[in-house]
Amino acid sequence: MIAKALAALGRPVLLAIAAVGRVTLFAGAILGHILRPPFYLRELGACLLQIGWYSLPVVGLTAIFTGGALALQIYAGGARFNAEAVVPSIVAIGMTRELGPVLGGLMVAARVASSIAAEIGTMKVTEQIDALVTLSTNPLKYLAVPRVVAATLSMPVLVATGDAIGIMGGWLVGITRLDFNSATYLKNTVDFLEAWDVGSGLVKGAVFGFIVALMGCYHGMNSARGAQGVGAATKSAVVSASVLILAANYLLTEVFFTS
Amino acid sequence: MITLTDVHKAFGANRVLQGVNLTIQSGSSMVIIGGSGTGKSVLLKCILGLVRPDSGTITLDGQDVTKTDRDAFLARFGMLFQGGALFDSLRVWENVAFRLLRGPKALPKPEARELAIEKLRRVGLKPEVADLYPAELSGGMQKRVGLARAIAASPEIIFFDEPTTGLDPIMAGVINELIREIVTEMGATAMTITHDMSSVRAIADNVAMLHGGVIRWTGPVSEMDATSDAYVQQFIHGRADGPIESVR
Repeated sequence: MIAKALAALGRPVLLAIAAVGRVTLFAGAILGHILRPPFYLRELGACLLQIGWYSLPVVGLTAIFTGGALALQIYAGGARFNAEAVVPSIVAIGMTRELGPVLGGLMVAARVASSIAAEIGTMKVTEQIDALVTLSTNPLKYLAVPRVVAATLSMPVLVATGDAIGIMGGWLVGITRLDFNSATYLKNTVDFLEAWDVGSGLVKGAVFGFIVALMGCYHGMNSARGAQGVGAATKSAVVSASVLILAANYLLTEVFFTS
Repeated sequence: MITLTDVHKAFGANRVLQGVNLTIQSGSSMVIIGGSGTGKSVLLKCILGLVRPDSGTITLDGQDVTKTDRDAFLARFGMLFQGGALFDSLRVWENVAFRLLRGPKALPKPEARELAIEKLRRVGLKPEVADLYPAELSGGMQKRVGLARAIAASPEIIFFDEPTTGLDPIMAGVINELIREIVTEMGATAMTITHDMSSVRAIADNVAMLHGGVIRWTGPVSEMDATSDAYVQQFIHGRADGPIESVR
């Protein structure tokens, strides 16, 4: 009875440890290829466009609504102890440290991890990955490295843009709905915001970008056969990227702000 | 010459190859026949190193394929995949010239494009096709582009995986003829896997039948019809009755 229960508990634990090991080896292999030629610059350019540029609308829309809602919430909460004036600084700090990178990361995970996993998974089931090998091209180097580099480079830019738009969303709500003076709102935003508030968010963004592309590539490369296999790979990529982003966010926040 | 000696491969409990012994002479066209799921594709992928055999040795001109320089080894091969395996994101000419545009001997883009168009012409496609994407082509055209890609770098050895699957009989005949012509004119060693008997008769110098994880029979195509092997006879005549179970 006890042995059965332990076995039932042990099996998923062992599977989880094995999965962590496989992902770590996969990430190590990608990192090992980044600085070694050949470099596929054309593919990198295409990935920067796909992952960075085309994600701007979704990140921008997420940020503007989040900034606006944050301003309303802080104003309503702050009113309980006469602290309505902190709205600009809390919106700025909240957006740059947490909401910008985390929500941006999650939106990019939904958009990019899914498309990478579906694209690479389809390439796998239609033998395009085998074809790459027979054409003396390392699939990891040709497919995964440009995507991981592009996501890691473009996420901080997306986060910075999202931060600015989010703060603007808070400002817009502040001056139109909460009777803030525009100049005072902006002055409070700038005065209380520190460089590390923004910098920490950008570092988080780079880490989240790496996670998003890594999960997309890993699940795509390990996709099972058929439409169902590609569907499952896509779902796993989004779920694992989202969970890892939230876990990494907690760890990075511990490292950056509790010492 | 490609030599396979006692090659085994299993996927879990499924023992696909159970001691394959086969020799493919240089400059000859070998066709592997056998039912679906008998391991023909696995055998081909073992030779290319896409699948690692559990045991046994595979040599190319006497050298163990697992111990040679991988890039130099693969540079000697061209491969036509069953579904074409064309890269969706690249134009047709970029697919054909994929190998020519990369590596230490990479050609300049205009030269590679010119060569790709020449290869497309060789497989009966017009130059206008060069700038289309694979998704804009019919199945038969995709096969031809795959064939053009396989021969683009003038390889010594060409593999064809089910070259006529999914094509109408006329297009299948065209592809068979093209394969035969190209292999003869290039003097290449060819290995084709198929269960299409019209392909076998059009392409093969020699035939080997894979069944039960081993080569059951091998010989010149001219002797195939006269063989007394019951497995070969059942397969080439497409009979439901015989030693091969019709429901697997």
